[in-house]
This record gives sequence, structure tokens and C-alpha cells, in this order.
Amino acid sequence: MGLEAKLTDDGFFTTKLDAIIEWSRKYSVWPMPMGISCCAIEMMAAGDPKYDIARFGSEVMRFTPRQCDLMIVAGTVTYKMSHVVRKIYDQMPDPKWVIAMGACTSSGGMYRSYNVVQGIDQFLPVDIYLAGCPPRPDNLLNALIQIQDKIGKTRAKDFQDIKLPELTVLQSN
Amino acid sequence: MDLKEIIAHLLKENFPGVNVELIEYKNELTLRVEKQHIVKVCKFLKENADLQFTLCEDITAIDWAKRKNRFTVVYHIFSLKSKNRLAVKVDVDESDCSIDSVASVWKTANWHERETYDMYGIKFSNHPDLRRMYMPEEFEYYPLRKDFPVMGIPGSLPLPKK
Repeated sequence: MGLEAKLTDDGFFTTKLDAIIEWSRKYSVWPMPMGISCCAIEMMAAGDPKYDIARFGSEVMRFTPRQCDLMIVAGTVTYKMSHVVRKIYDQMPDPKWVIAMGACTSSGGMYRSYNVVQGIDQFLPVDIYLAGCPPRPDNLLNALIQIQDKIGKTRAKDFQDIKLPELTVLQSN
Repeated sequence: MDLKEIIAHLLKENFPGVNVELIEYKNELTLRVEKQHIVKVCKFLKENADLQFTLCEDITAIDWAKRKNRFTVVYHIFSLKSKNRLAVKVDVDESDCSIDSVASVWKTANWHERETYDMYGIKFSNHPDLRRMYMPEEFEYYPLRKDFPVMGIPGSLPLPKK
């Protein structure tokens, strides 16, 4: 079987560093469950034994942004909450990905109103927009697989030109 | 005597100079009071042994846009003793957009009044902590007023930098 056979047979194998890093990254995407409203229930359902997000290596929902690679924004983001979401996103280490789960996060959804941000792409770089209100857990898993495909296409040189943004200390009161 | 007659009788007896109006519509009782009397009437409704409206369920307002008295502040109160519900309505004009706070009568009124202030801009005098409830502190508008656009005023709510 794959890796084991190779290791017992020859004791070593050759590959590209990029390939092995992407391969390990792909199957250990740790999500940051940014569950703001009802989409969070479907996100939890994706973690249960029936849908089992662990099949894709993403069962480790970390409640600290410092250990996460993927932010699942699940729920209506109001203007007041947008600062919190951005603050948490900024605390995640690079490389990081974002799923805008559901209609509200993607476009404001049914909340066409003064207090809801009409799409979180106004303040976050979004990788996958996920349709549904709320999306079914299988749809979330589909988004996760697409994120994995995207990670699989990422190469180390893609990060060469990225400069870290200048850090600003936010005054909170 | 039903509730309407009891309240009318008690108020007439205890506040002879106060104009009150009691309206019954579809088994729901509404009491209209002038705004300078709101605190003492509420205190009476709560503390009178026969009435005991001890629970303040909600305080909100109505914006009538073009009417002379633009706002109506509505207090929904409930008596746990007699299981009666009463709406107290007070007219407030835009030129003097303030009313006395009833937070000294019902403690719950504190947050309800903050919400009403946040959404309609009606100032509650003698309120212990009159800050906005939902909108950011620096927000300048009152969203549930009729002249406020549904989609808000562009740029009035800040977004984080991308």
C-alpha cells in the first residue's frame, strides 16, 4: 500500500518539497469555526458522524485563530461584528483560506438592510462562496474539497512576493 | 368591575388633575397618559395592591412620520397577580424629543429605554446609563425612524480595511 510499501521496500522515496508540503497541508486543514448564526448549526452537523468532516482531515475545529488555516464564516455578519471577524482573520497564520458559508455571508442574503454587511468580501479575501440558506453539510464538505484542490495548486513561490501588512495596534474600549 | 373600570376609578381617585384615557380594543386595554405624568402613573400601576403591574415586558416607540406628535412611546406591562396586560401610550413630539425614564420603577426599563433611544432617538431623562444598545457609539442616525433609508447611509458604519 502506497507509502508503507515504499518505506518497507526501499526505506526512502523522493519527491518535491512543494508536493509533500501541499499534500500534508491539504489533508490537515484546521478550520476556525466562525459560527455567527444559523449556518453554524449546519457546520456542526458537518462535524457529526453522519457527514464526518474528519474524512477530509478537518475535524480539528480550533477555537483559537492562531492554530487555524481555514476560516468558515458561518452566519450573518453585521457591521458591528465585521471588525471582530477581521481581527480574528488577522490573527490566523499564513497561508490561510476563507469560506463564505451561506447567503448572508456571501451577499447579505435576505438581510437587505442597513446593519448587515452585503457580502464579507468587502473586508475579507474570500476563496469559496457557498450557496444555500443554510447550505447542507454535504455542500460545506464540497467547499472544503474545493479548498483542498486550491491548496493542491498552491506552490511555495506563490508566497514569495507577499509582504506582511504593517501591524497596527487597535485601540479597543 | 372589569379592569378598565378599576383602573379608571383608581386613577381618578389618586390623580385628580391627570388626564387619562382608557381604550379597549379586541380585549386589549390601552392607557393614554400625558408625558409629564408617566413616572408617577407607572409607579402607581406597579405599587397599587389591586393592580400590581410588576412586570415591564417591553418599551418601544412608534414613528408616525408626519403627525403632530411624531412619536408614541409604548409601555407593555403585565400583572403577575391578576394576569392582566396593559399598554401605556405616551405621545412625544419631535421638538421636545424626551421623556422621563421609568427605570426607577422597573429595572428592566433600563435596557428597553436604551434600545428605544438607539432606534428612535427619544431621550429618556434621568436614565442611569443612556448609551446606544445595538448601533456603534459613534453612529449618528436613528435607524427605525421613517426618514432613515432601509439600506442605511453609505459610509456611516465603518468597515475594517481589506
